[in-house]
Amino acid sequence: MNRVVVVGASAAGLTTAEALRREGYAGGITVVGAEVHLPYDRPPLSKQILSGEWEPDRLPLRPAADVDALGLDLRLGVTATGVDTAARTVATDTGEQLAYDALVVATGVRPRRLPGATAHVLRTQQDALALRERLRPGRRLAVVGAGFLGAEVTAVARGLGCEVTLIEPASVPLAHAVGAVVGEVLSRAHVEHGVDLRTGVGVVAVHPEGVELADSTMVEADDVLTAIGSVPNTEWLEGSGLPVADGLVCDATCRAAPGVYGAGDVARWDHPSFGVSMRIEHRTNASEQGLAVARNLLSPDAPRPFAPVPYFWSDQYEMKVQAYGYLRGHDAVEIVEGDLAERRFVAAYRTADRLAGVLTVGMPPRVLRTWRNAVAGGAPWRDVVAGPGGLAVV
Amino acid sequence: MTFHVELDEPRCVASGQCAVVAPDVFDQRDDDGVAVILDESPADDLLDDVREAVAICPAAALRLVEG
Repeated sequence: MNRVVVVGASAAGLTTAEALRREGYAGGITVVGAEVHLPYDRPPLSKQILSGEWEPDRLPLRPAADVDALGLDLRLGVTATGVDTAARTVATDTGEQLAYDALVVATGVRPRRLPGATAHVLRTQQDALALRERLRPGRRLAVVGAGFLGAEVTAVARGLGCEVTLIEPASVPLAHAVGAVVGEVLSRAHVEHGVDLRTGVGVVAVHPEGVELADSTMVEADDVLTAIGSVPNTEWLEGSGLPVADGLVCDATCRAAPGVYGAGDVARWDHPSFGVSMRIEHRTNASEQGLAVARNLLSPDAPRPFAPVPYFWSDQYEMKVQAYGYLRGHDAVEIVEGDLAERRFVAAYRTADRLAGVLTVGMPPRVLRTWRNAVAGGAPWRDVVAGPGGLAVV
Repeated sequence: MTFHVELDEPRCVASGQCAVVAPDVFDQRDDDGVAVILDESPADDLLDDVREAVAICPAAALRLVEG
């Protein structure tokens, strides 16, 4: 094998390329990236970049010299338009056909949009800078979608003195992800910080003067941000025969077809210890999966299942939210340490009879690591509800 | 050949991933979870773990530098 093509030049793509080199692969690596920038980090976009604490020069994932040292054929500002798995070539919008022995699909996701007038979204450096330019004291910002991204932007915009209306169709923000009890606690912080929180009301369309809600009211705003989730970038795979269903469908080793692998936000794979097909849009997963793909790509006869403990964090006001495991589809939630009202707690999530994940706010690292290990070990729920003493046996 | 570990502390997001994969080299501060380097020039047998930590750090806050 002498030619690896990685499509996608963000965290997953770059990590894959780095790991290939570290594992001793000396052949060609072509990395195709739709954006013109050197690979950069996205979580700070809704945090330090939006708040003005950082300028974009802090965003690159690695110094330019470190990227150079990898000896990549780096094609930035180039979009892959198709793949021929029989001929093993990737077509680009520059009219090239890039031949590969192994292909890594790491094209990520793009923001879902609402019908109507143009609204801000937040995925790229340009998106963040365009929104930041508009956030001034007294400006009115409407945020559609109170998920983690919408919540972070709301918190930053309040910090900058904007009037913020946060609109969420569900009756409790984040309830589908973290449960109603935790969702309620997190959303209360917005209200305490002077946000006009509108829940349980759908959005019809974005207009130049604001957001039209399903109850016929209009939320007037100078700017609108839609933060209503993402769509995997898989259109370029159409007609290739590669399996696509809300992401590139991979097996437990992140392989989608012979010589084709998926990594990062775009990849769906069978998680061996959770027993579900998952696609995770967490920053941490992008790197971990890139690493796993690089190793499996180089050892096709002895691939290893990719079995991470998913992790995400979110910074909102004074709160740092951190979660381990797979919370989606949980059967029950229990507060097992701390106090909800003080926003200092560990919430444990049960799926069937095991601990599937934990979400914590304001807890010290030692506590987090204990719970992470319990999630990693698939602790039985009866040990979890027995308290910390019960977990000691894990 | 010797290596040393660098932490760009303001980038750290306190995920603790480094302390999970290379606990002999990294820890976290109790109050805010920010990473702490326990061993700036790790021995050869720890380098694979350190490289793993550098690779999976979700803030790209770690580097392993020769020399």
